Amino acid sequence: MSAQPIADNLFTEDMSALIGARNRETGQIFFPLPLTPDDNIEPVTLGTRGTVWTYTVQRFPPKPPYIGPTDPERFKPYVVAYVSLPGQTMVESRLTGVEPDDVKIGMEVEFTVIPLDPDAPLEEQKLIHAFKPVQGE
Amino acid sequence: MMSDVCIVGAGIHPFGRTEGRDGMDQGIFAVRQALADSGIEWKDVEFAFGGSAASGSADNMVSQLGLTGIQFINVSNGCATGGSALNAAVSAIKSGEYEMGMAVGFDKHPRGAFNADPSAYGLPNWYGEAGYMLTVQFFGAKIMRYLHEHDISRETLGRVAEKAFRNGVKTDHAWRRSEVDLDTIMNAPMICDPLTKYMFCSPAEGAVALILASEKKARELGVPIIRLKSSVMRTRPPGSFEVFAASIDNERGGTATGIASKAAFEQAGMGPEDIDIAQLQDTESGAEIMHMAENGFCKPGEQEQWLLEGRSDITGQLPINTDGGCLACGEPIGASGLRQVYENVVQLRGTAGARQVPGNPKTAYTQVYGAPGVSAVTILQR
Repeated sequence: MSAQPIADNLFTEDMSALIGARNRETGQIFFPLPLTPDDNIEPVTLGTRGTVWTYTVQRFPPKPPYIGPTDPERFKPYVVAYVSLPGQTMVESRLTGVEPDDVKIGMEVEFTVIPLDPDAPLEEQKLIHAFKPVQGE
Repeated sequence: MMSDVCIVGAGIHPFGRTEGRDGMDQGIFAVRQALADSGIEWKDVEFAFGGSAASGSADNMVSQLGLTGIQFINVSNGCATGGSALNAAVSAIKSGEYEMGMAVGFDKHPRGAFNADPSAYGLPNWYGEAGYMLTVQFFGAKIMRYLHEHDISRETLGRVAEKAFRNGVKTDHAWRRSEVDLDTIMNAPMICDPLTKYMFCSPAEGAVALILASEKKARELGVPIIRLKSSVMRTRPPGSFEVFAASIDNERGGTATGIASKAAFEQAGMGPEDIDIAQLQDTESGAEIMHMAENGFCKPGEQEQWLLEGRSDITGQLPINTDGGCLACGEPIGASGLRQVYENVVQLRGTAGARQVPGNPKTAYTQVYGAPGVSAVTILQR
């Protein structure tokens, strides 16, 4: 048993991208797939490169239903951003690989997957989506 | 021409924390004060709309107020609950079915940030489990973009909070009654960047009741008449950026406040330049800044200069949030939108004491915004 996605229908099978939803009539793309299947909505693989449209930093441990670390000793502020995926939608996502104070609007980022609690034993880890700065460009 | 609906009585239970008195009892307190203010008795009230998010169904108030058989409808519209109750009450009188009724809102919330259930917003559980189910994040992310787009400094956020606490000192019904200087506000712990602890309002307690009457009835009562020129409530249009959004459209659109405001000005036959005082939703400092422009009082980006020059101070060209707003009063969800109207009634009557806006204001504007993307606007005229 290894780390598992936090939910079904969130990632593509190889976990290389997010699954979004497309309205067949309007063409509007959004995320995530609705909980209830709808004939009018089809799954669509979301792009893996985008730019930070806006962000904030969660500086205090959230109350339930949050299941990540909340112990003040272990809680690390995390960045929540809206990442604009060209031609698709803006996805709310964690940013990783960048300190909160170094995040910039307009930064180029790429998709990745991170554990919600990196200190948890591997078999208990829940994987969530994130974007990280594009390196070396 | 259709005659105006008038506010003939207003009552408030002080906001903040009141140990030993539950939310509905605070509501009863406000109702009794409003009745006394208009010189009528409970049996004269023909109908009511009311609501709370955490303190029970408003129609239960009849147990204490009197079993008169009155039509009493519960309203629930997030932070716009009060504005929505008022909107419904106005319609009931405009239709001609009733001559005198009440809008009431009250609440009592536990300490700390609200924690919402994802399924109540049509969201999967993982959204909350992964740490996104926080309104404070939305506010931080939204104003972060706004400051960037319109080149507004973080200090402007601080000035909004500084003004709120300064006004709160002069307000009997406010919760926070002491000034906080700009340095303290700017250097306070960050909650969700760019917003510090003093830039957010807190869930609180309080209640407001308003007695409404047809113009004919209002004249019979012989009380000071405040006319409701507009009462409008709207939901979000496409491309808006609202709380608890796992994704938002790349193509940006309008806002619930923008369309509610436009409709309200049309209904009143006025424009932003005709307004003497405004109470705008200030869940956090950024909301007041954005709402100044969304309601048409300035262009995006001009807020920085407004705050620097004190144009939205009590003595400024357009006083905004004269009672300290949500920042100084706290936010009992059900009562918040009606507090704004209460404050405007007091200001238009000229009885606001130390915080009275000078120059005999004649028109006053309120706007309340709430999850999941609703906005209610009123325009009052003396």
